[in-house]
Amino acid sequence: MSRTSDLRGATAPHELHPAERPGVLVKPGADPVLRATGIEKWFGENHVLRGASITVWPGETVCILGRSGSGKSTFLRSLNFLEDPTDGRVEIDGVSVAADPFRREGKQRLARIRELRMRAGMVFQEFNLFPHLSVIENCIEAPLHVKGMPRKEAEEIAERYLDKVGLLDKRDEYPSRLSGGQRQRVAIARALSMQPKVLLFDEPTSALDPTLVGEVLKVMADLAHEGRTMIVVTHEMDFAHEAADRVYYMDQGEFAEVGPPEQVIDAPQDPRTAKFLSRFRTLGGKK
Amino acid sequence: MAKPLGLQSELAAAVAKNDRRRERAWRLHFRLVSAGILALILLFIITYLNVEATFISRAAPFILAGAGLTIGVSLLSITLATLLATFGALGRLSRSATANAIASFYVSFFRGTPLLLQLLFWYLALPQVGIVLDPFVCAVGALGMNYGAYMTELFRAGIQAVPGGQREAAVALGMSESTAFRRIVAPQAFRIIVPAIGNDFVAMLKDSALASAVTLQEILWRAQNIGRKEFKSLQTLLIAAAVYWVLTIAFTAVQNRVEARLAAGDRHKEVKG
Repeated sequence: MSRTSDLRGATAPHELHPAERPGVLVKPGADPVLRATGIEKWFGENHVLRGASITVWPGETVCILGRSGSGKSTFLRSLNFLEDPTDGRVEIDGVSVAADPFRREGKQRLARIRELRMRAGMVFQEFNLFPHLSVIENCIEAPLHVKGMPRKEAEEIAERYLDKVGLLDKRDEYPSRLSGGQRQRVAIARALSMQPKVLLFDEPTSALDPTLVGEVLKVMADLAHEGRTMIVVTHEMDFAHEAADRVYYMDQGEFAEVGPPEQVIDAPQDPRTAKFLSRFRTLGGKK
Repeated sequence: MAKPLGLQSELAAAVAKNDRRRERAWRLHFRLVSAGILALILLFIITYLNVEATFISRAAPFILAGAGLTIGVSLLSITLATLLATFGALGRLSRSATANAIASFYVSFFRGTPLLLQLLFWYLALPQVGIVLDPFVCAVGALGMNYGAYMTELFRAGIQAVPGGQREAAVALGMSESTAFRRIVAPQAFRIIVPAIGNDFVAMLKDSALASAVTLQEILWRAQNIGRKEFKSLQTLLIAAAVYWVLTIAFTAVQNRVEARLAAGDRHKEVKG
């Protein structure tokens, strides 16, 4: 299918495919918040990402689906350079960083990567809360020591987001006293406290007890509906269907299909997407 | 087939009671044997040695007077060792080839040669190149550098025991590598390392006896000195052993308390301003 090759274009200027049209919430003429172009990743001989590109507009929620090992987590982690891509370029809110596999650029690039990371909040599968810090300290640590924000202001912001995820009453608790769902919600508040332009979720419910998945997804859906820009790598089909403006389906390191959930999930055009989803249905997953 | 509830709770109570009785019996047994061993040793000392009250009342205070030096040397040495181990561990984990080479060499050399030799080197060899040091300085330097080498590996393991996701979460928030280490990784590594530092301190208390070889007048030096002079080494060495033993028991107790507090404090720390 020609769509696939259109989305590759490794070093060519990023051209928008019709399927990548911004979702319904996007105001006309808006600039993308995040644009990743031709991301390639080799782990030794293993070609994990094959020129994957993504464009996300303000207010959009984009879900990345795909089977385990398809490269979707690696792709997400390339967006804030937790994984250094072999080739490609990422631009978030005007900060642009290119792959530098030979490490020719030095400190200046590291500084730009930090700028980029400050604009992209990340939520991990394993929460990664700081166990030696209380909930509020977890949230203000980076505003204080990265942005140099005054403590009072940082706490006010953090409290607002803790309230949003429904955990303001756990303000002074330590992470070890929280349930998995609560920990992940604190992790979301921690990411929000840096006031990023885009939130990156790396399978945020995969490490959770099934009974706790709902509370996290609800917070995420609320954020999506209030117009946060989010990229969510997930296996939660219902969430993708309900909250996503657009869905990217990744297969073997490239995006096989892009479009609104009604298309990609309900009526997949690409045979690979169709096969993946049919497996979901036979396993009893709802569409 | 379920028994009536009343019977079940009676059974549970009886089991608990029996468990408690066994526990008490075990502890009593333990104490009896310990007391027996101590009594045997005392009996041996009293019957086979000339316990001369006058000699012991003279020797014991003299030997005990070295305890301050033993503790002082150990405290200073463990401080030096902790400092060196911190730099050593950072070097071993560093990407810099220079830092890594220096740290690796340090660890390899100081772990690969006898502590007594290192101590004598400070005291006997350095004067040959014009560096003459006080025995106290020699002891602290040798013990600190030797323990620092061992503790380097310990610190490194402690830092590596902090899950990689912690560093990742920190840098994902925009922290630099050094801020992430200082604010997030190091405090967690510290909690892992502290009990081990306590262990090493207790070991150091005993290894400081080696400093008697460079005429530092600590516990063992005093015991040897007075024992040889009056041909009563058996008495004086036993006194020295008792002093060391009491010291290690005391510091082990302190260490256990610190450890318990660290473990509990994690969860119930008070709110800081």
